[in-house]
Amino acid sequence: MRALWAQVRAETWMTLRRGETLLVTVGIPVVFVVFFSEVHVLPTGRVPAVTFVVPGILALAVMSTAMVALGSATGFERAYGVLKRLGATPLRRDRLVAAKIATVVGVELIQGSVLVPIGLGLGWRLAGAGTSVPQAVGLVLLATIAFGGVGLLLAGVLRAEVNLAATNGLYLVLLLLGGMLVPLSKLPGGLAAFARLLPAAALSSGLHASLGGAGAVPVESWVVLAIWSLASPTVASLTFRWE
Amino acid sequence: MPAVECSELVVRYGTTTAVDGVSLSAEPGEVLALLGPNGAGKTSTIEVLEGYREPASGRVRVLGLDPRRQHRDLVARIGVMLQRGGVYPMVGPRRVIDLFARYYPDPVPTDELLDLVGLAEVERTPWRHLSGGEQQRCSLALSLVGRPEVVFLDEPTAGVDPEGRIGLRSLIAGLSARNTCVVMTTHELAEAERLADRLVIIRSGQVLAGGTAAELAGRGSGPVVRFSSRPGLDIGGLELVLGAVVIEETRSSYRVEVTPTPTVTAAIATWLAERDAELIELRTTASLEETYLSLVGTEPSAPTPARPQRQRRRR
Repeated sequence: MRALWAQVRAETWMTLRRGETLLVTVGIPVVFVVFFSEVHVLPTGRVPAVTFVVPGILALAVMSTAMVALGSATGFERAYGVLKRLGATPLRRDRLVAAKIATVVGVELIQGSVLVPIGLGLGWRLAGAGTSVPQAVGLVLLATIAFGGVGLLLAGVLRAEVNLAATNGLYLVLLLLGGMLVPLSKLPGGLAAFARLLPAAALSSGLHASLGGAGAVPVESWVVLAIWSLASPTVASLTFRWE
Repeated sequence: MPAVECSELVVRYGTTTAVDGVSLSAEPGEVLALLGPNGAGKTSTIEVLEGYREPASGRVRVLGLDPRRQHRDLVARIGVMLQRGGVYPMVGPRRVIDLFARYYPDPVPTDELLDLVGLAEVERTPWRHLSGGEQQRCSLALSLVGRPEVVFLDEPTAGVDPEGRIGLRSLIAGLSARNTCVVMTTHELAEAERLADRLVIIRSGQVLAGGTAAELAGRGSGPVVRFSSRPGLDIGGLELVLGAVVIEETRSSYRVEVTPTPTVTAAIATWLAERDAELIELRTTASLEETYLSLVGTEPSAPTPARPQRQRRRR
């Protein structure tokens, strides 16, 4: 336990000191929330922009931390031989993975504590049929596992630089296809159907419902996230190369 | 019981055989050097001992444990220094030593370790900004945090300046004085000779010779007597006296291809005395370097001394 706690503290310290990580996990979501709540360019229809933007950007924040920040950091640790070296210490692999999960959850709490007050300040209110914070938390936890698995899957097989590019590219694609800024209903039918199978859209649809009053959380969101949260860590653990 | 032993070790990568029947052992308190040119199989061998690789065949025991199947019991009792990297690039020595200390039940206090490896002054400098020697010393410190009984050092002096090497050497000597077994790899003969109690010379995945530096030096490349005197002697006369080939190898250094016997050495001394030529040195054994070169030869993979070489990328 001592080792686990020390590892969580070290991982958190390193995460919060990486400029590019802070940019992607906190900087970009804050800019998006403020900009798209105030500048009404998003096709949100009769829904106030802030009501659509806050849940969408919370989904983006989860993806940034669990997939991009975790994946790129782990990729570099693999390239620098850190993961290999840790393999010759008594720190067990499951403890290392647990420490990384705990660090991701910690960063998500920091993101929430920044983004939620900003959203409230811009006029976002938790109101409407079907809003449910416990459901939102459940969706975020499932999505964290799903995105974390995707991040580790890429980090475990690709070279560090390729991994960085792939992770950021995937981030951009999922941002556009994830219903986070652009409602899924605005995508062409075939593309929207495909996007609904991805964890990004499943999370943002779920959060739009549970935090934006867009009705009950679709069963589809739970099913898609559940499948991804089982599949991606499983595949990652089977394919992960430690050196 | 030896601290480290392996017999008939074979390591394969696909169809390539990197280690082909290596046997070795090291006792507690002993410094064993695996010496050989790049690509000889040194790192593959040490990585099997560390538990990183599954051998294709052979028996391996470290502190009586199987490095793969009893990995969890073993890691708390060994220290490892990788050939490259292994440390978080943005973290300074103090913070990373503190972190590693939490992995072990009875760690060396961080202050003590920083002083021991001489990194107290750069304790907050991120690892990537440390010099080559400082990075190696930081890696060495991390291998010592858990008070290991066996330490594996892969090329510990690579990229370290002469001053830094002296520091590393005394650290390694200190480990052996505390009864820690040290297994290290190097492609530098002088380094192995200075640091190690025993050497194992490896080439193409096979052990060519093993023993102390003195024992190995004794195994020359055949029956040879070497002597030094003034340059340009008329060695044709000596060849007639000895009935053997004499060559002036380098200026004023002569090699006689004959089995060294008291008669032979006396004949050489007499022949020189008759010409009023001083006998500066006479050796009937080869130096370690001569033995090494005769064993390893000048393979294309051998390092070029003039240029600092890059480490081969391992898979």
